[in-house]
Amino acid sequence: MSTSFVLNGKPITLDADLNMPLLWAVRELAGLPGTKFGCGMALCGACTVHLDGQAIRSCVMPLSGVAGRQVTTVEGLQSKPAKAVQAAWISLQVPQCGYCQSGQVMSATALLEKNTAPTDADIDAAMSGNICRCATYSRIRAAIHTAAQSLKA
Amino acid sequence: MTQETTAVRQPTRRAFLKGAGSATAITLTIGFEWAGTTRRAVGVAAPSAGTPFAPNAFLRIGADNSVTVIAKHVEMGQGAYTGIATIVAEELDANWSLVRVESAPADATRYANFALGKIQGTGGSSAMANSWMQLREAGAKGRAMLLSAAARQWHVPVTELTVANGIVYHPGSKRQAPFGSLIRTAALIPVPDQVTLKDPKDFKLIGHQVPRVDVPAKVDGSAQFTLDVVLPGMLVALLKRPPLFGATVRSFDASAATAIPGVVKVVQVPRGVAVVANGFWAAKQGRDALKVDWDDVNAEKRSSTAIMDEYRRIAEQPAASARSEGDSAQAIRNAAHKLSASFEFPFLAHAPMEPLDAVVKLTASSCEIWAGDQFQTVDQGNAAKTAGLDPQQVSIHTLYAGGSFGRRANPGSDFIVEAVSIAKACGADGTPIKLQWTREDDLHGGLYRPMYFHKLEAGLSEKGELTGWRHVIVGQSIMADTLFAPIMIKNGIDPTSVEGAATIAYAIPNLTVDLATTKSPVPILWWRVVGSSHTTFAVEAFIDEVATAAGEDGFTFRRKLLEHQPRMKAVLELAAEKAGWSKGPMPKGKGRGIAVAEAFKTFVAQVAEVSVDETGHVKVDRIVCAVDCGTAINPDVIAAQMEGGIGFGLGAVLYGQITLKDGRVEQDNFNSYRVLRMNEMPKVEVHIVPSAEAPTGVGEPGVAPVGPAVANAIFAATGKRIHVLPFPKPSAA
Repeated sequence: MSTSFVLNGKPITLDADLNMPLLWAVRELAGLPGTKFGCGMALCGACTVHLDGQAIRSCVMPLSGVAGRQVTTVEGLQSKPAKAVQAAWISLQVPQCGYCQSGQVMSATALLEKNTAPTDADIDAAMSGNICRCATYSRIRAAIHTAAQSLKA
Repeated sequence: MTQETTAVRQPTRRAFLKGAGSATAITLTIGFEWAGTTRRAVGVAAPSAGTPFAPNAFLRIGADNSVTVIAKHVEMGQGAYTGIATIVAEELDANWSLVRVESAPADATRYANFALGKIQGTGGSSAMANSWMQLREAGAKGRAMLLSAAARQWHVPVTELTVANGIVYHPGSKRQAPFGSLIRTAALIPVPDQVTLKDPKDFKLIGHQVPRVDVPAKVDGSAQFTLDVVLPGMLVALLKRPPLFGATVRSFDASAATAIPGVVKVVQVPRGVAVVANGFWAAKQGRDALKVDWDDVNAEKRSSTAIMDEYRRIAEQPAASARSEGDSAQAIRNAAHKLSASFEFPFLAHAPMEPLDAVVKLTASSCEIWAGDQFQTVDQGNAAKTAGLDPQQVSIHTLYAGGSFGRRANPGSDFIVEAVSIAKACGADGTPIKLQWTREDDLHGGLYRPMYFHKLEAGLSEKGELTGWRHVIVGQSIMADTLFAPIMIKNGIDPTSVEGAATIAYAIPNLTVDLATTKSPVPILWWRVVGSSHTTFAVEAFIDEVATAAGEDGFTFRRKLLEHQPRMKAVLELAAEKAGWSKGPMPKGKGRGIAVAEAFKTFVAQVAEVSVDETGHVKVDRIVCAVDCGTAINPDVIAAQMEGGIGFGLGAVLYGQITLKDGRVEQDNFNSYRVLRMNEMPKVEVHIVPSAEAPTGVGEPGVAPVGPAVANAIFAATGKRIHVLPFPKPSAA
């Protein structure tokens, strides 16, 4: 029952139940706690990671589903869009409690990696799956626009 | 003199280090190292080396110039760490980039919240208000001692010294010394009894855009929440709780649960049956497989509709008086125009993003707790009682809380007590146990904002003057049966049931506010902005109906009734002005509404602009918010709390409800307990009233007016009033 995949650029093999959600595998087995648990049903986005560059909800992705694929968590963010997102998050002081923000940053990064000039409608489409109970939504929107601008410059 | 001061000083410092004994260990451990994973503390500077200078319980300065501020309040998103550090750093004249924050150990003698009495805890939007003078003094005394130290080292008078950005200067001799180089001497200086605080015009941090201390770690995933605690040998527990409130375990069959690989133990505790495993996934599968037979003889089996029917009947019966002025019955009887309306409010869950969790390490003589702890000394007492220890044997590491909205501060310490009881049932052998709630546990778990029924009546004279007002509130008491009941409940009135209604600010000659308190096994709790989460809606929606009946617009009518409420009137006027209220009605399909509230001595007015389509779908386009919270310690944090409060309150009025069907909660997760999402967030503008008053809170008050402002805007757009929350679904509108 071992699964091999690439986690944040490094090959890893985890010996675990193939049905274990990727969320718990990266948190408890790989020791990467940045990815958060919020709902367990792909309803809140706190557990968002990138699978082959796509934003997915790791709480419903079985370990078997990532065999041989590339998984990136918030700890492994390296791309220019990711750095632009994180810088904008700081400059606009987005987080409050911060618990959902790893997921928000992952979703925003995935958006900007595909779309360097997202409209408000694009942001709604990409980010409405990520709940923030502190309702930092206005700042998230503004920070995505700021990050997009900085990537253009 | 030197001898004497040394004698005075040394014990004080030793007492601090020793008294903080467990404390020092705690503060040095929190957030840094667990199971070999190096994590970083809040802030930018590394922990200081050597013996730090600790002039009081809130401040430590290291030889490396780092300034550590000890926070007695939890950081749950409201910006308390930043506010606390700002106040100390301001009076200390510290270099902000070297300031870091540590959470205080549980200790009511040093870290009580003055707003709550002899309790260390956070709530009622009180962190800044109760810390303000205490922390200014703490910073100022530290500064005075550093200055004295420099004066002693350089043999110059203190009056010739200046200080800025963590450096003491002697301009005459062009000498300068960073704080860290002065701490050894400063430790020998007696703590001054009195200090002069800064003139607010000299503030460099307070009132300015100071970046939050917690943001960088909350952007790269390194911020430490309870979920992230890993200790050697730690097990994870999930608790199966009764499906009905008030039910208890009759028997259970653990055979299928223990057959799951990774499940270590299944133990019964007072609140249910816990499955303890080597990780979340095994514990979850084990709990799914666990069979429990429940005794529901004393359980709540009613549906929420039946509860509301009962409340409606109770509202017609005599109730306790919360406020009575003049003769409202006669005034309404004799009025030229009479109005009445009722409002229905559902149970609401807090649903913080981080599902409740706590880590407990219990032995026969000690209990160590890691949690996003909001009620430290209450939790300490309840944990001690559960464990059979003295409170002094219980230590608490307060971590970042992934939201709370009131949920983590509860008089019964539910999730903390559960974790301790599981550790106890597992043998109290020092094995760390993390209790993890799921989202379903959170929504099914009670401690909701109570259901309420409000009945209002008003009378208007021929000229449209409001002559009489009668308000009846029916619902459970939050304070009843808690440690707060004896001080809080007077003459049958729980003030948290009527705040915002009994304290109505409008000038009304004849006024009655009554309260009927109900009982139910459904556990209830304060929810962000507490009583004003329902009273403000009832008052502000009804006053709008009265304004319409009087032939006036909502702003003008309110303003006339607030002549003797200058701060409330000022926020009302500011919000109206910034929103362009004077431009008059909006185009067809759009509407503008206004509401104002005072909560926790902070004044907030909001103007909402909405669009309503032909199906009744409501889009909230813009909220203009004016707030007066006294001295604005951090304007950007204030704006953020208003924005967040608006989004939180808006989600609740649009969708929020926990309903019971034959006692069973009908909502399971975010699909059935809807909250606000990105595409529904309005544009928000926040305007802060300049003020020299002492600061008041901002975490909660922004929630209060948004619901009624939006409801009043919907009326402006559609001519329909809303009396039942949450708002009707589009198809039903």
